[in-house]
This record gives sequence, C-alpha cells and structure tokens, in this order.
Amino acid sequence: MRSVFFGGGTPSLMKPSVVDRILNRIQQLWPLTNDVEITLEANPTSIDSAKFAEFSSAGINRVSIGIQSLNDADLRRLGRLHSVQEAMTALEIAQKQFARVSFDLIYARQDQSLSSWETELVQALSFAPDHLSLYQLTIEPDTAFALRQAAGKLAGLPNHDLSADMYQLTQYICDAAGLPAYEISNHAKPGQESRHNLIYWHYGDYLGIGPGAHGRVTLDGARYATETPLSPADWLHSALEGSGESKRYSLSPVDQAGEYLMMGLRINEGLNIDRYEGMAQKKLDQLSVDNLIKDGLAFLSGRRLILTKPGRMVLNSIVVALMPIH
Amino acid sequence: MTFCCASGGFDDAPIKRHPSIAVNILCDKVLSLSHPIDQCAKRPHIRGMTDLSRIRNFSIVAHIDHGKSTLADRLIQSTNTVADRDMKEQLLDSMDIERERGITIKANTVRIDYHAADGHDYVLNLIDTPGHVDFAYEVSRSMRAVEGSLLIVDSTQGVEAQTLANVYQAIDADHDIVPVLNKIDLPASDCVRVAEQIEDVIGIDASDAVMVSAKTGIGIDETLEAIVTRLPAPDGSVDAPLKAMLVDSWYDAYLGVVVLVRIMDGVLKKGQRIRMMATNAVYPVDRIGVFRPEMTSVESLGPGEIGFITASIKQVRDTKVGDTITHEKKGAETPLPGFQPSVPVVFCGLFPVDSSEFEDLRDAIEKLALNDASFSYEMETSAALGFGFRCGFLGLLHLEVIRDRTEREYGIELITTAPSVIYHIFMKDGEMIELHNPADMPDPSKIDHIQEPRIKATILVPDEFLGDVLKLCQDRRGLQEDLTYAGSRAMVVYDLPLNEVVFDFYDRLKSVSKGYASFDYQMTGYREDNLVKMSVLVNDEPVDALSTMVHRDRADMRGRAMCEKLKDLIPRHMFKIPIQAAIGGKVIARETLSALRKDVTAKCYGGDASRKKKLLEKQKAGKKKMRQFGRVDIPQEAFISALKMDN
Repeated sequence: MRSVFFGGGTPSLMKPSVVDRILNRIQQLWPLTNDVEITLEANPTSIDSAKFAEFSSAGINRVSIGIQSLNDADLRRLGRLHSVQEAMTALEIAQKQFARVSFDLIYARQDQSLSSWETELVQALSFAPDHLSLYQLTIEPDTAFALRQAAGKLAGLPNHDLSADMYQLTQYICDAAGLPAYEISNHAKPGQESRHNLIYWHYGDYLGIGPGAHGRVTLDGARYATETPLSPADWLHSALEGSGESKRYSLSPVDQAGEYLMMGLRINEGLNIDRYEGMAQKKLDQLSVDNLIKDGLAFLSGRRLILTKPGRMVLNSIVVALMPIH
Repeated sequence: MTFCCASGGFDDAPIKRHPSIAVNILCDKVLSLSHPIDQCAKRPHIRGMTDLSRIRNFSIVAHIDHGKSTLADRLIQSTNTVADRDMKEQLLDSMDIERERGITIKANTVRIDYHAADGHDYVLNLIDTPGHVDFAYEVSRSMRAVEGSLLIVDSTQGVEAQTLANVYQAIDADHDIVPVLNKIDLPASDCVRVAEQIEDVIGIDASDAVMVSAKTGIGIDETLEAIVTRLPAPDGSVDAPLKAMLVDSWYDAYLGVVVLVRIMDGVLKKGQRIRMMATNAVYPVDRIGVFRPEMTSVESLGPGEIGFITASIKQVRDTKVGDTITHEKKGAETPLPGFQPSVPVVFCGLFPVDSSEFEDLRDAIEKLALNDASFSYEMETSAALGFGFRCGFLGLLHLEVIRDRTEREYGIELITTAPSVIYHIFMKDGEMIELHNPADMPDPSKIDHIQEPRIKATILVPDEFLGDVLKLCQDRRGLQEDLTYAGSRAMVVYDLPLNEVVFDFYDRLKSVSKGYASFDYQMTGYREDNLVKMSVLVNDEPVDALSTMVHRDRADMRGRAMCEKLKDLIPRHMFKIPIQAAIGGKVIARETLSALRKDVTAKCYGGDASRKKKLLEKQKAGKKKMRQFGRVDIPQEAFISALKMDN
C-alpha cells in the first residue's frame, strides 16, 4: 500500500480516532510501504485545525487544505464558511504538524481581474507551500453553477481570452516560484507531487471505499470500475451487509483506452502510446497526432505523447479528437 | 341525413396511421372512414346525374387566415353534409402540415346538397383550392373546373396580396364572383372601407357583398342563397363525347390512385374504358363517386358534375393535372385547352445528416415523388455532404413541405443546402446549359453570358412600412414597376430576380413590415445579368455546398456577410481557420476564426473519470453530426444560416 487519501466531503470532521482505526485496519490487510503517503483533505476552520495534531499522531502525513480564496468577500460568494484569517492560521498549524502540506485556490472567479489574481497568487506563494492546487472556475453542464449561469446570475465571469490569460499567468508565476505544474491544475516543488493523485493520472488501480467512492481495480487480468452508494446510510448498510459496493462492471478496451487518454495527457509524462494502443487494441490516429504536433500542441518523446503548454489548455478538444469510439 | 359508413369517426392522425400512404395528398381522413366504399353505394338517395340547372360549382378565394376553411366548414355543417358530432375544424385540410400551418396545399372537394329558398334541391360542389403561389398551377386548374367563386375578405384586414393573385386567377377563368366580407362580428370590422377597397383594388362590385361571420354562423344561409342565385349553372352536353378535366389526383392505400374529375361534356360510367389525352394511356374505370365529404359511390357522372374515379392507375405520376379524360372509343377529338405540366423552379440539395441513412432517404423521396408529379429529384454527390438528392420544387413552401414530410413521416434528419433557381448558361459555342446547382458551373472562360429567372412581385403593405419594403426590394436588385395606394395600404409591384427572393425574402419582408406585408409573385421570364459563382473556402478547402450564384455587384457584400456569418457559426477549433469567399481564383472577402485557447476541465481525479469521459463522448458524438471539411467541422445549420442576409 503506497498511498491513502481521505477526501471528498469534509473528512477532517472525522474523529482522529476513526482515522486511526481505519489506518490500523488497512495496515492489517495490506502492508504499507515505508514512504506511504497518507493525505487528509481538511477545511481551514479552527474546529478542523484544532484536530491536526491528533490526525498527525493517527498517521496522517500530508494535508490538503481547501482555502479557495484569499479574499473574504469571494469566500462568502463561493459559499465557504471560513475567513481568510482562519485559513492562514490553519495553514500555519498544518505546516507545523505535517511534513507535507498543500492547499488549493479557485481562480477566474466572478469579477476577478488578471492583476488581482496575480496579487493573490503571489501572496499564496509567500506561505511557502510545497504543493498547490490551482483550479480555474469552470462551469460544467448540469451543475448548480450551470443553472445559475443560465439564469443570468453569474455575471462577471472572465471571458474565454481572459481565462486563458489567467491560466497562462498562473503557469508563468508558479514556474518562476519553483512550483511548476506537473498536472493541469497541480503544482509542486520537484518530489512533492501527490503520489496518490498521480495514480489516477497514471490510470493505475485504486480502491474506492466509503459513500460515493469510485474505484478502478484489476482482477484476474480484467479491469473493473466500482462504485459505492452515495448516501452514507445506504453505504453503511451495504458495507455491513455485504461488499459496500453498489456497482461493479468491467471496462471494455475502448473504455479503458478513453479513460487512460483523458487521464494520462493531464500530466507532464504524457501518454504511453504502447500502453494506450494495447488497451485500445488499435493504433492512435496518426493523422490527428501529426496535426497536434504541427499545431504546436503536442510532441513525441520516444513512445510518449506529451502535450505542450498550449496543448494542455485545450485538452478536452484533444481528447475528443483522439478518443476511440465504440 | 345519416351516415352509413362513418364507423371510425374523424381521426387526427391519418398519415401516421397509414405510413404506406404517407405520400397521399388529401382526404386521407375521409378515405380512412369510408371503406369499403361499396357499402355506401346502397344509399337510396344517391342519384346518378343531376340536372345542369341544379348544379353550382364554386371555389373560395381568400388570403391565408381570412377564414376560408372556417367558412367551408360552416357551409358543410349548416347543410348537414356532415353530422355535428363528426365536425371538426378545417375539415377539408387533412394533412398535418395543412392543419398546423392553416393552409391548404392540395385542391380538395365536397358535394353539398342544398334545399334552396326557391323550393328546389341543388347540388353545390365546392373545390377548396390551395392559396399559396407555389401551387398556382393547381389553383388555376381547380378554377377552370368551376364556374364561380366566393371572394372572402377579412373585414378587419382588407385585401391582401394572396387575395389578389387568386382572384385574378378566378377572373381569368371567367368566374362570376360573390364578395363575402368575413369576421363582421369583430369590433375591428370595417365593411364599408373593405368593400371600397375591393372595388378600388380588384375592380369588382362589392355593393352587394355578403356579410358573414363564419365563426359565429352569421350570414351562412345568405351565402348559400348567393351561391344558388348569383353563380351560374354549368354548361355541357350529355350527348357530346366525354371530356372530363383531371383536376387533381392522389394515392390511397386501399384504392390506389384516386382522380378528381370535372365532367365538361358527356357521361362517365363505371366499367367504361377511358383514355388520358396527354399520355394516351387507357384504363378501365373501377369506381365512380362523389365526396360528401366521404367518398360515396355513384353509377355515373354527367356534365357539370365533380367527382372521383379509380381506374387501376399505378402511380400519381401517370396522371397529369389539367389533362383531359375521354372515352377510349368515340372519344373527344380535341382536349380541353390550357394543359401544361407544372415545372420546378427552385432547387436544393437534401442530404441525410447521418450519411448511413442515404438509402432511407432515397426510399422516402421516391415515395413522395411517386405522388407528387411537380417534385423532381436526382442523385447528387457533394464532397462536403456525401450522397444526397438535388430536388426541384414549385417554390419555397413546396420545398418546406417536402422537407418537413421527409423528416416527419420518414424520420430522417436532413441538411438542406441553399435553394437555387435555374440559370441559363449560354456557352461561347452556342450551347445553352440549364444550371440547377452552382457546384456544376462550367468553366467561366467558356461562358458567353448567363440569364436568370425574373418574377413580378406584388406586395401590399401599410404605409408606415413602405420605406423599408422599398429598400428591401432595391437591395434585392428589384426594379419598381408600380406603386399605388388603396386607403392606407400601398401596393407595390416589383420586377425582381427570383434568386433574390427564393431564399429569405419572405422572412425579411415579414420582419421589416412587422408581419403586415403580404406578398405574391409570378414568373415572368429570363434576363441576362452579370452573374458569377461565388465559392467559399474554409481553412483553404472549398466547400461546395456553400457555393452560390450572385450578381457581381453584390458579390463583395454577400461574400463579406457570408464570411462573417460563418465565423460565428463554426465553433472554434484548436487552430485558427481562415474563411474566404472567392470568385474564380480571386478572394473577395476574408475572415479569420481564431483558435480555441482553453477548454480543459480543471479537476479530474479518480472519482471524476466515468462522468468526465461521458461528457467528452457526448462532445465527440456532437462532432460526428457536423460535416468535416479537411480538419474543420462545420455544423449542419451553418449551410443554410450562412446564406441568410440581414438586409
């Protein structure tokens, strides 16, 4: 076992003793490696940060704090319950308690200008993080945000060019600060990348445990997707009575190849073409690849297809172009 | 009166119930409830021939929405031709499209028995005609089958362009005309003004116009009396050789081709062998009948009568509207005058959105064409759109009707390319080529000159919108021929190139006049002009489906407008895309669609994989619906939208 990640919802609401019991149980089932990464997602509130010492004793060695913004008005707009002051205190405590600390920010917010984001990002870097997740606010279809936007309630979001500029500026500032992006939205000092999250992007195996958790597991040579009940009560019932899974289905070669493409191109290492073609059971479309290279969106490094910075910004289009179809 | 065969009642979805007769033209409903028709023959009161003096044949002339169908409904209802319980609105319009659009596409007919104030029983035959210019030929044939017309004018609106076009057809056909002012129950009704307008604009006496409210039933009895007393009885001789006019025909799943006829001379009986004079084809008459409005068998039809026959005719194409039917032996020497086959004037390409549906489209088009002789088609291959058909139509409404029916009745999604007219290309070697598709334009260096079809357009418009309407006509290369006033409405007559009208002229006219202008046109002939083929290049690849014929003086403006439109219609790609309009090798307009800079999803972790992949798959499926030109995906709607002009 190389990594454990307590995330989704607010796991820092858990009692540290529960974390302790879970980790003990994991250790009984699967031996942990010496450098095992055990991450806890935490809210930057005083209630959560008060428990950091105990979480550390229970075995957590990395925290990821959802700071979101260094602007109180924006925090309220985003529906967060903490203040900037509280967040900074929480970060300070975390940096004392844990070997590795990451925090995340959301940018391209309503009415945010390029220069105000620059100021905020520079301020964030002054806290000397070794890992940062910088998420550009994107409105995805069928979400509450999409509904609000459709109703005209999300005025002031940056347009296409401004949001592209913000992303580019983010890359420039983080590169200069020694925290280059190793994934679309994740920045780290070399060696401080999240080992756990890299499993997703390497399209490796992971178990999903707890309400609404997804997993990808290889069993007897076949790849399976697993899902668990979304509601905690249902999950608990299911876990006590049976496997705790609500769905388990095998992924077709085309499904696997599509997922690997979507995940693998997000990171610096890019896509292992041989592995992809083995999954897809067909060649990656050469014409599309040639066009990507010609347009300066990708390059080949041996048998790896790696996206350039402009290429990463249009990842969705690239995946759609290369994606195998049933 | 009782029905002996109204077992099924009226049904709302006749076409859907009989997919095999989806190509049927009218009366599906009537037919569907009247089988087997032979039962009906036992009705005791069905006579054979009717005395000429007791027959009145008439049509109704009206602008759309002026109440033609409602008045027809009331006439049918008040004479108990249809029992109240079976009555429904727009009784005679049986196609879904007719009901939805409130229009009549094909001629339709009903025989009404009427006991008049003079104590006699009369037979009134109403032929309900299409009102739209696209079907002008059908209107003219229907008009020639009757002796009189009711001219309905909405007393709240006044005379409209369509009223004019159709009333002139009635005048051409020597009709006696009874003006009917409808909607007199409405507060906005102004009978005095409208009657004056009828006299001024149309030039017929409206002093004794019948005042009607078809909706409330006021004036219906007066209308029936006016038909009897003011319209003439038909002429004709029982002893003369048979001359029957083929007024219309359609396909019925049970009966085969049904032919609507008007007997001019002679007598037509069941079992006789008839000859179509235009085609010389001979058929035995299987059935003879009349519409009441359901099909009802009779033994014979005599002079002045209107009815139907079936005669083992395989397809509607074998029957030519306007043809003369006579007996095989001892037939008439000369046909009725004025027969001419209808010819398509507007062409466009129809392509399946999903190219695997080409065979289904072929099947649908063949079936539609089988029963619509005025619709032509031939296979077309487009580099852009794949396999499809180049189709010819009588006009834009006809085009829309065929397109809608293909999509609706056969479930095939279509890409419609820009409508084009027929250009006459005169080559230097003296040859003349009819160009139906700009993509087939010959080498310009071998062309001597090009002619295009022109129309005479009549537009009626309230004074306040006149300026905008004139500007629209000027912008479309129109030459003003006439401008007169009737009250506060102006009537303008323009000589316009058909290609400027065929596409979106009517939409623009409605828009600049806030819907108050009415429009009608007739073809006038061909004239030479400075016409060129404008091609469009997207990312340096020519897109054949976007090439159009334009006037050289308008080419730069059209080219610019088109490039700008396409820039908005084509989604951003991962690379920048030049969009150009060119005449021959010369680029006349250019726009650049800048590259997409960013679309990446910010968060994508283990729990997001399934959902995110589904979203991207959906995008990929959406792209498949677009057409690929080199590396550029163009959405289907772009092919039509790009050509719409904003002025």
